[in-house]
Amino acid sequence: MALDRWIALIFVAMCCIYGYAAFFTMDQLLPPFMQRNPVWPSTFPKLLSIAGALVGLVVLLGLEKQTGEKEPSATDINYRNLGQYHTGQAIGLLAAMVVYALCLRPIGFIAATILFLTAGATILGERKFHILIPVAAIATFIVWYLVQQVLGIFLRPWPTFLVD
Amino acid sequence: MLEGLMIGLQTAINPFNLGMVVFGCIIGTFIGMLPGLGPMSIIAIMIPVAITLGDPTAALILLAGVYYGAIFGGSTSSILLNAPGVAGTVATSFDGYPMARKGMAGKALTIAAISSFAGGTIGAILLMVFAPMLSSVALLFHSAEYFALMVVGLSAIAAFAGTGQVGKALMMTILGLIMATVGEGALFNMPRFTMGLMDLQSGFSFITLAMAMFALPEAIFLVMNPARSAQGGEGDSSGKITGLRITREEARAIAPVIGRQSVQGFFIGVLPGAGATIASFLGYAVERNLATKEEQAEFGKGSIKGLSAPETANNAACTGSFVPLLTLGIPGSGTTAILLGALIALNVTPGPRLMVDEPQVFWAVIISMYIGNLVLLILNLPLIPYIAKILAIPRNYLIPFILFFTLMGAYIGQNNATELLILVGFGVVATILRFADYPLAPLLIGFILGTMLEDNFSRSMQLYRGLGFILERPMTLGLLVLAVVLVLLPSYRAMRARKRAQGVADGD
Repeated sequence: MALDRWIALIFVAMCCIYGYAAFFTMDQLLPPFMQRNPVWPSTFPKLLSIAGALVGLVVLLGLEKQTGEKEPSATDINYRNLGQYHTGQAIGLLAAMVVYALCLRPIGFIAATILFLTAGATILGERKFHILIPVAAIATFIVWYLVQQVLGIFLRPWPTFLVD
Repeated sequence: MLEGLMIGLQTAINPFNLGMVVFGCIIGTFIGMLPGLGPMSIIAIMIPVAITLGDPTAALILLAGVYYGAIFGGSTSSILLNAPGVAGTVATSFDGYPMARKGMAGKALTIAAISSFAGGTIGAILLMVFAPMLSSVALLFHSAEYFALMVVGLSAIAAFAGTGQVGKALMMTILGLIMATVGEGALFNMPRFTMGLMDLQSGFSFITLAMAMFALPEAIFLVMNPARSAQGGEGDSSGKITGLRITREEARAIAPVIGRQSVQGFFIGVLPGAGATIASFLGYAVERNLATKEEQAEFGKGSIKGLSAPETANNAACTGSFVPLLTLGIPGSGTTAILLGALIALNVTPGPRLMVDEPQVFWAVIISMYIGNLVLLILNLPLIPYIAKILAIPRNYLIPFILFFTLMGAYIGQNNATELLILVGFGVVATILRFADYPLAPLLIGFILGTMLEDNFSRSMQLYRGLGFILERPMTLGLLVLAVVLVLLPSYRAMRARKRAQGVADGD
């Protein structure tokens, strides 16, 4: 089964769970005065779950005929052979983003950002650290200055233990 | 109308707002040139900046400037590198890149800038004429008609998605609508589908979603396939931009192209879901058919008409896409959907009342479109050789920065680190969806329209004590029938074409 039909299958399953939540778990919570309304908080989700499951089934069963395969272009990515692309680098960068999200509060914006930019470039193969680290540091300070001082959005620049 | 124009002129000419146009255009050009960041991502990054300005007029002027700048920047990278940042400028690279290879990069950029300027300006004039007309009709609409109109808009977006793609596009639209129901709705005041998580109490943030749907997958694709940015390879001609002048004959050749494509592009842009991409391809095809035999041979090898047509059409279409946004409050494209989100965040409700309640916002945006186009022509064009230096930044530095800006865009809007995890999660999902050829713009449009769709639906249900509004209001019924026809038409036509093909094969 092709990837797009797997996705349709997951989507149909998701619509079923969503529909179950809308049909069976939401209405008991409704206060009595709202039960006299013709429209409940669950009305629209109920309609969506039915429509979603139907459309998902159309894609899953391939009822809509595909007209000819598109010729693959050099810049597009064919998911069937991920091995020939830099998939490892992409996963590494995504992991770096997750680490960044988790570290942003504890070690502060400035340290986290310098580390993220350095790590990101390193994952991509940059080895000239004497250029990379100063560039990352200067860029971080500029962004911090613009966002916090000019736009007035507080970024928590320093690690938690320095502030508390 | 004259009075409105004067109000707009007064507001837009104010030095601060003028500064915003210039600033927006330059920032937009800079970032738009980078592979991986299209107008949608740039506008999403700039929204926190615009919201901090506080003044909705200045904010919208800034975002419109960024939008134009980004399109112009995208054309520049198509011409110089054959690396179109967005789908709307793919047709530009057909003839723009061959011209650059022949050493006429400067001339190609000038033609692109003049065509964009003319397309945008003529589009703005048409917008000025048609928007008030449409909004006076729209004033008669009730929530039932709005509900039906949004259904038509959403199904049109799916219907224009292309052959064999209608089901997938509809699926994405419904996914967007489902995601919009997460959190506290305006009408009911009770949290829905939050799974007990505090961070979902107010629903998903549309900026995070926009970043996850567009900027992040594009960046991941750039990492995975370096050929995508075409950087540093033999395609690079950014170093030699000379001779920005065009001759009188060339100007005479492209003038009729500009005239036709401005009008055609504008009307395609007004249609929901069609937008700049279809306008530019159609413009290219139409002009090739209209050209003389020897001109036709030139197309694809560096024809000035082939460059001018998609550039004009795509800018006119961008202006056209403002019509449904400003008059009905219904976005027809991903970019206008993001602008709508920004407007709602600024307490401005776009729709037919906008012209009556806040004429200064409406007209100032139109005036700033002219000014933005002018800025691009007289300020950016001479600066292009310098701005193009940004393309020389090595990939190892560029990609971490693109990712960092994506993270910042999601973070500073909410100031919540959980938002970043949501961003990465949805980014991965969006990348997988793109692998499987699912269109992502319908998802975002569905998400942004979801709340409004449900509000209008619930209001009509309450007024008519049930679904009676569908049958009792002829216009609502008509619009809903239109929506069904729009969705079913492509498969019906495909079926008929197949039947006919079979008939031929059988010797029928």
